[in-house]
Amino acid sequence: MEFTDKHVQGLKDLLYKMADDLLILGHRNSEWTGLGPILEEDIAFSSMAQDKVGQSLAIYEILNQLGESDPDTVAFTRNANQFHCSKLVELPIGEYDFSLVRHFFYDHADAIRFEMLATTVVEPLQMVAKKFKGEIKYHTMHADVWMKQLAEGSDESKMRIQNAINETFALALGMFEPSDFEAELQEAGIFDGEFVLREKWLNKVVPLLESFGYSVPDATTTIPEFGGRKGQHTEYLQPLLDEMTEVFAIDPGADW
Amino acid sequence: MYGNGYIENDGKPVNSLTVNEDPIKLAAFEARIAAGDKIEPQDWMPAEYKKQLIRMMEQHAHSEIIGALPEGTWITRAPGFRRKLALMAKVQDEIGHGQLLYSAAETLGKSREQMTNDLINGKSKYSNVFNYPAKTWADSAVIAWLIDAGAIVNQLANSKGSYGPYCRALERICAEESFHLKYGHDNVVFLATGTPVQRAMVQDALNRWWEPIMHFFGPSDKESIHTETLMRWKVKMGSNDDMRNMFLDMYVPKIWDLGLTLPDPNLHKNEETGRWEYTEPNWEVFKQVINGNGPCNKERLAVRRKAEENGRWVRKALMKPEEKYVNPLA
Ligand SMILES: [Fe+2]
Ligand SMILES: [Fe+2]
Repeated sequence: MEFTDKHVQGLKDLLYKMADDLLILGHRNSEWTGLGPILEEDIAFSSMAQDKVGQSLAIYEILNQLGESDPDTVAFTRNANQFHCSKLVELPIGEYDFSLVRHFFYDHADAIRFEMLATTVVEPLQMVAKKFKGEIKYHTMHADVWMKQLAEGSDESKMRIQNAINETFALALGMFEPSDFEAELQEAGIFDGEFVLREKWLNKVVPLLESFGYSVPDATTTIPEFGGRKGQHTEYLQPLLDEMTEVFAIDPGADW
Repeated sequence: MYGNGYIENDGKPVNSLTVNEDPIKLAAFEARIAAGDKIEPQDWMPAEYKKQLIRMMEQHAHSEIIGALPEGTWITRAPGFRRKLALMAKVQDEIGHGQLLYSAAETLGKSREQMTNDLINGKSKYSNVFNYPAKTWADSAVIAWLIDAGAIVNQLANSKGSYGPYCRALERICAEESFHLKYGHDNVVFLATGTPVQRAMVQDALNRWWEPIMHFFGPSDKESIHTETLMRWKVKMGSNDDMRNMFLDMYVPKIWDLGLTLPDPNLHKNEETGRWEYTEPNWEVFKQVINGNGPCNKERLAVRRKAEENGRWVRKALMKPEEKYVNPLA
């Protein structure tokens, strides 16, 4: 099928939100370097951060092929209101409980998203989705192991994680904010859409968390924290970007 | 990353290091080392050997972990994807080095937890260089190039030492350090050949870091305590001045080649002796910094302490009462 302007616009919107999520969460996860609860977790979070930033780069490169600016310019010169990331990924790392729960929620969604995109008609996207599916398997495995062992660890660890689940759930649902192009993406065979993704995600994470002994807020009555996909962000994103672009902005034309 | 010259013998005269040891066992031990054998954890060793090695491996491990902090603050500011990804990987390696070295030290019976406690309580030391701030992006470049280069000189020498687990850890570490060095060098080259602003940044950073780099290898041989026994035991593998000289010989020409200058008008190679001559760095400053009065000592330990405190509930949750602590064997 021939892509219309709307299809291309929808595809770019999809790619931007994926890449922005990956970049911003990768950036956040890298903040654990040197500060983790045990050295092994510093290393794990850093390794996931590298994967995420690397994956974001690959998606910005696809955008570049579609006529957008080069990855460095796109990542290092936009303002917060030009970012399409979800609010979930932009929040500060907080304590380990929040970072772990965010990692659990996000990576399961991302794994399913890439799974869905492994059959997209957009060839370069299909290729990266197939590749990233393999990498992300380790991220969800890591999250699952930790969620489980902290459920079984101590009363405190279980309570902390449970609280973090309760506090993070609406933000997690915010990842599935529908775009203005859901119908176009579906009809063109680009992506089955946020609603399908959300259902698949709920079917995965809810039973999993319950099997660990946690309870999960009711998705039908939780109001998702939308806005991020449309450029409306929390107060935390702009300072993150100011920091991220601090050196680059000294001379964006220079080779660093 | 680690520097030389942190060995202490508590001011004891050298011959007292072995005074309580069984002379027959000691002779056999020294003969093994002289023959190039590696000492393994279960082997007999003099008490002082064990003590110095624990101290050395522990300080080295702490240096890796604390060393991740000044560079780590630049991960979130690295300009562009290439640098961001490379710096993340580099600092992650350093944490991995810490992990490896704590395990090596644990083979001699001190647990990681004890070592961490001694670090955050200020009881054990780590390399002085990490008590200086990394003020600009160029500082992180200079660190990655020259501090890692210094560390390689030191670690390569130590990897030929006598304690098996430490040598094996160092061999792995050195392989990774050579990538750090390449990354750092590439980074400095880009700045040194870049815009006037970039050039000024890197020159500035170099000026700031020169004294800490000169300090890195430890006090001049004239000032440092006698270490013959430790050298015979292959705990200490080279004199501080020799290591410094080796470093200067390898890197000063490269620095000058980039059109950068060093803030010591007396720095030159004496072609007759083949040795570098320089203005003696201020060792009083070195002592001040190592004793906790450097520009960042308090901040570094505070960050580390906070990380330990914040993570306590996680570590507690992982502890199973039925599991007893076991020293790793190699
Ligand atoms: Fe290292
Ligand atoms: Fe290094």
